[in-house]
Amino acid sequence: MAIRERLSGNEAVSIAMKQINPDVVAAYPITPSTEVPQYFSNYAANGEVDTEFVPVESEHSAMSACIGAQAAGGRAMTATSSQGLALMWEMLYIASSYRLPITMATINRTLSGPINIHCDHSDSMGARDSGWIQIYSENSQEAYDNFIQAVRIAEHPDVMLPVMDCFDGFITSHKVENLNLIEDDEVKKFVGKYNPPYHLMDKNKPMSMGPLSLPMYYFESKRQQAETMRGSIKAILEVAADFEKLTGRKYGLFEEYKMQDAETAIVIINSTAGTAKDCVDQLREKGVKAGLVKIRVFRPFPVTQIVSALSKCKAVAVMDRADSCNGAGGPLFTDVTSAMYGRADGIKVVNYIYGLGGRDVKIDDIHSVYNDLQEIVKTGTVKEVYNYLGVREG
Amino acid sequence: MAYNLKEWATRPERLTGGHRLCAGCGATPVVRTVLRALKPEDHAVVSSATCCLEVSSFLYPYTAWKDSFIHSAFENVAATISGVEAVYKAKLRKGENVNATKFIAFAGDGGTYDIGLQALSGAMERGHDMMYVCYDNGAYMNTGIQRSGASPKYSDTSTTPAGKTIPGKVQHSKNLTQIIMGHNIPYVAQTMPLKNFKDLSEKAEKGIYTPGAAFLNVLAPCPRGWRYDTALLMEMCELALETCVWPIYEIIEGKLTLNYIPKEKKPIEEYLKPQGRFSHMFKPGNEWMIEDVQSRVDREWEKLLNMNEMK
Ligand SMILES: Cc1ncc(C[n+]2csc(CCOP(=O)(O)OP(=O)(O)O)c2C)c(N)n1
Ligand code: SF4
Ligand SMILES: [Mg+2]
Repeated sequence: MAIRERLSGNEAVSIAMKQINPDVVAAYPITPSTEVPQYFSNYAANGEVDTEFVPVESEHSAMSACIGAQAAGGRAMTATSSQGLALMWEMLYIASSYRLPITMATINRTLSGPINIHCDHSDSMGARDSGWIQIYSENSQEAYDNFIQAVRIAEHPDVMLPVMDCFDGFITSHKVENLNLIEDDEVKKFVGKYNPPYHLMDKNKPMSMGPLSLPMYYFESKRQQAETMRGSIKAILEVAADFEKLTGRKYGLFEEYKMQDAETAIVIINSTAGTAKDCVDQLREKGVKAGLVKIRVFRPFPVTQIVSALSKCKAVAVMDRADSCNGAGGPLFTDVTSAMYGRADGIKVVNYIYGLGGRDVKIDDIHSVYNDLQEIVKTGTVKEVYNYLGVREG
Repeated sequence: MAYNLKEWATRPERLTGGHRLCAGCGATPVVRTVLRALKPEDHAVVSSATCCLEVSSFLYPYTAWKDSFIHSAFENVAATISGVEAVYKAKLRKGENVNATKFIAFAGDGGTYDIGLQALSGAMERGHDMMYVCYDNGAYMNTGIQRSGASPKYSDTSTTPAGKTIPGKVQHSKNLTQIIMGHNIPYVAQTMPLKNFKDLSEKAEKGIYTPGAAFLNVLAPCPRGWRYDTALLMEMCELALETCVWPIYEIIEGKLTLNYIPKEKKPIEEYLKPQGRFSHMFKPGNEWMIEDVQSRVDREWEKLLNMNEMK
């Protein structure tokens, strides 16, 4: 039986953590993710979980403690945002290369400087190549559902990689929405027990983890890690299929919204997809063949699947809520265009950087993007590939 | 149980030979002795920060560690082992069947006094049931003998070279043992490999089996960085003791006890002289450097005598 609730994204994810009842939660406060360790410490204080809650002195130590815990055969979790994720950077790579299936809620917030507590995706985008599977969630329901699936994906024997569930700071983390929770025992059954074949606590099979690995061996282990990431798509879809059986809620690598006959499309991540879907509906009423692709799984990047979703479009706008400051475009744009190169040539693809530092994105802004796309279709020419949306010029 | 070297020597070796630490390295006897303090039947999870010890003991595909071992990075060994210990607590709470396990962290002075101080302080304050062992060789040896917060004043290191205008490191070392004493944890001690290893062995045993957080600061001479004759490890420790450069003491429940008080403190020259890193101090005209170090040692020793419960 589903439980109908009204919850913020942070509370929904905290409840998922409680239902999973991990061995260790190690976390450090930072807006807007702070509520997660706060809610969780309440569950621990009231005996609602068996978890050892470790209130570490920094996010670097949070990730280090999660590494130690997961290596010890425990299930370890954390939550962070922005500077906290940046401080973890060194340890993110170590977690993934040690193949430790840690689960983290990444509540997207702008990276300093200047310091800013509001939403953009610069934090998680900065960690996109750290070897973590990255799943993005549009709203509280998805944040909750993806967090539960993340545990299964991470611990899948063919995967054994850490997973982060990313959702928008304040917009999703603090907004209270209606959602359906799964019964406690159903969640526990769904995630199952974590029983790694080797771990530090096993006296009968002592192991060493984290060697110095020189040119003779390092390359092979990195190759294996990269191949595993690439191959993890299968497990992600397998877990999604099981989740659908349990809840009726369907998840894929991305969501296609009115894409069947779309001539123009937007590719977008997280909460702004909701606004953009409204825009698509309005355009459809006017007979405009507009569609939308909302990324769920950004790492591994679903290269061929994205290409086939976009291959019938005439013009595509990729929306990035993070700038790369690289002269080439935002992170989602460069990935989408490199996926399409040689696989779907001839489709015009442009980039819009939007919403940095929490700048509001209105339905009119999205309309202007579809207008630009229609103009490109009509004239066959692209004026500017690399664009900014909603920024004051001059 | 009273310490008996013969009995201890028969306990199983938990760090095997074949590792790549230098001949005469002080870290090796420190680690071997600390691990010998474990009851043979107890499992241990050992963690090391990045340092000479780590890169020399666990070079893929070989490991010298017979217990379970994890290295993750340089500044976070205290946090890494906190996570391991937290799982142990959670498993016990869940009623799962787990072996009796002890948690030991090793790090050099760089990984402890400097870059790892925050994680160490956090873990000590949280009171994890673990023992943290700093093997202090007074510089970043692994990366080529750079200065650390533990390097003694005037030492010639690769980032504090004894030059024409700057005579080596210009600051004294910080007193880490007393920084940790300020954390009010159940057990803190300062020691080193001496004679029959009694002091180090007993302190390791107390540290491991005292519930809660424990900290050992262990002098571990490095023949390469200090530039003394490789064979003289035990003599260097003896001199550190007799000159009061590295007093041995322990702090239990906030009470400090000196474990050795020399009848007559030896002059600091005897400790400095055999070490190449201090050779510039013995050039004519540089006597003031030796006097400066001597007066610092005297001051610190006086402070300890005042704190000493046995006095
Ligand atoms: C974040 C980070 N900074 C710097 C280094 C480089 N590094 C590795 S070991 C080390 C020095 C270790 O010194 P210490 O802790 O005193 O141990 P020792 O090698 O002297 O035994 C340094 C600087 C690193 N691995 N990680
Ligand atoms: S350089 Fe010094 S600390 Fe490092 S292994 Fe050699 S003797 Fe030991
Ligand atoms: Mg050192």
